[in-house]
Amino acid sequence: MKTKSNLERVLESGHFAVTGELGPPASADAGVIRKKAKLLKGNVDAFNITDGQTAVVRMASWAAAVMGKEEGMDPIVQMTCRDRNRIALQMDVLGISALGINNMLCLTGDHQKFGNHPAARGVYDLDSIQLLRMVRDMRDEKRFQCGDEMAVEPRLFIGAAENPFADPFEFRVPRLAKKVEAGADFIQTQIIYNLDKFAEWMKGVRDRGLHERVKILAGVAPIKSLGAARYMKTRVPGMDVPDSVIERLQKATSKEQVSREGINLCVDIIKRVREIEGVAGIHLMAIEWEEVVPEIIGAADLLPRPVFAE
Amino acid sequence: MLAVQIKAKEEILPLVSSKRIFIFECLGCHDVYYPVEEAQKLIDSIDQEIVGRATLDYLCHADYDREYIKAYAREIERAEVILVFSCGVGAQVVSSLLDDRKVYTCCDTLYLAGFQGLTAKEFDCDQCGECYLNYTGGLCPVALCSKNLLNGPCGGSQGGKCEVDPDMPCVWQEIFDRLAGLGQLETMDRLGPPKKWNVSPA
Repeated sequence: MKTKSNLERVLESGHFAVTGELGPPASADAGVIRKKAKLLKGNVDAFNITDGQTAVVRMASWAAAVMGKEEGMDPIVQMTCRDRNRIALQMDVLGISALGINNMLCLTGDHQKFGNHPAARGVYDLDSIQLLRMVRDMRDEKRFQCGDEMAVEPRLFIGAAENPFADPFEFRVPRLAKKVEAGADFIQTQIIYNLDKFAEWMKGVRDRGLHERVKILAGVAPIKSLGAARYMKTRVPGMDVPDSVIERLQKATSKEQVSREGINLCVDIIKRVREIEGVAGIHLMAIEWEEVVPEIIGAADLLPRPVFAE
Repeated sequence: MLAVQIKAKEEILPLVSSKRIFIFECLGCHDVYYPVEEAQKLIDSIDQEIVGRATLDYLCHADYDREYIKAYAREIERAEVILVFSCGVGAQVVSSLLDDRKVYTCCDTLYLAGFQGLTAKEFDCDQCGECYLNYTGGLCPVALCSKNLLNGPCGGSQGGKCEVDPDMPCVWQEIFDRLAGLGQLETMDRLGPPKKWNVSPA
């Protein structure tokens, strides 16, 4: 064990892992975090706290993570290169570890153009792969990016994202290999709706033996409405929503039925990805729909979650 | 004014080992600071056959370059590697015109103020002082990637376009395609280290 992470322990003990996602509020309301954390508790092994996703200003990931920790959970702090240079990133890495956070996810970040402050200056001093290597060197070499040594290193289980559906497809396995080489302990993928393409990507991952060097969590998400499905299909870069998904939802006769079918579809996808060799768990992104997490995890036969003695 | 510095031979020599070489050298800009002696020193340190060397003006101008390439067609044909001594714009224009050839730049561009090259609009150089073109098939991610990524495309590259602007090509897709054409896709596997943003005075 590299860390005290519950997620690491679940994965190392051979369980099929479940991570969730919690979006902090665009306000200083601590109650929202505590409420969402309670919905996820017992249903996931760890949960991501997004870092200004889609470049909209929200409560800091690390602050929300501290509250999640207080609720007895194992938060994964997402950290993007969009808003911080290497100095700020390293300061935050030290800070979250000192606060008792065990996991972080290294991201480049959504471009500021998509958010509510498009006039902001993007930082992008490092990219996600350079961030991974920097955090790994802080943990394993006790060195800052400049080479200076530190007395007490951050003990973090280090994650990264990968999108099997972005272009060029032929680079998506090599890119994963770079992230593994740079220091990723676990990977969370983009949301999967195109299972064939995901399976093809996983084959490439296995051919290079990468599934033995990194834990891969397949990204899944329930679809709430037809509008959301169409939006993801046509407007969200890097998303692959096949026509068959839209058609399945179209067969539903009411809004409630569509949501129900969206949940069923999510459960089906979880069961299918679980059959794929090399998939070590799922990352369930029920964003602003956290209340359906227990139902989905239960229907996918993933309850109860493993509990370890301290 | 233009200021470049010559790259360390440790970066260049592995790129040219046992290869026939053609050299483009540009002295086009007014007020140019081009370190002639250092350039010659680097060329002298290359222990390979130099099949031709053209010292010219305005490599940044594609129309001129087409004529230069015609004039030196036979030597360029014989060469396995083309080395360019110019600013980043010149190096990118030569790479784009010889996109099926291995083109490497021997200079880091520090300063282009007042004179941005004749085709600067299409071939942007940020004068970062740590030229990356030798790892990218001659296309610049520092100037042309919306997130300055140095390790390949992000998850928003789709259909050859950048997620930030559907009218803008994803430069990493272009880099991938060019390296694939050159049979050099393994270059994409290199872990690009953090950039030194303090090298350039610009």
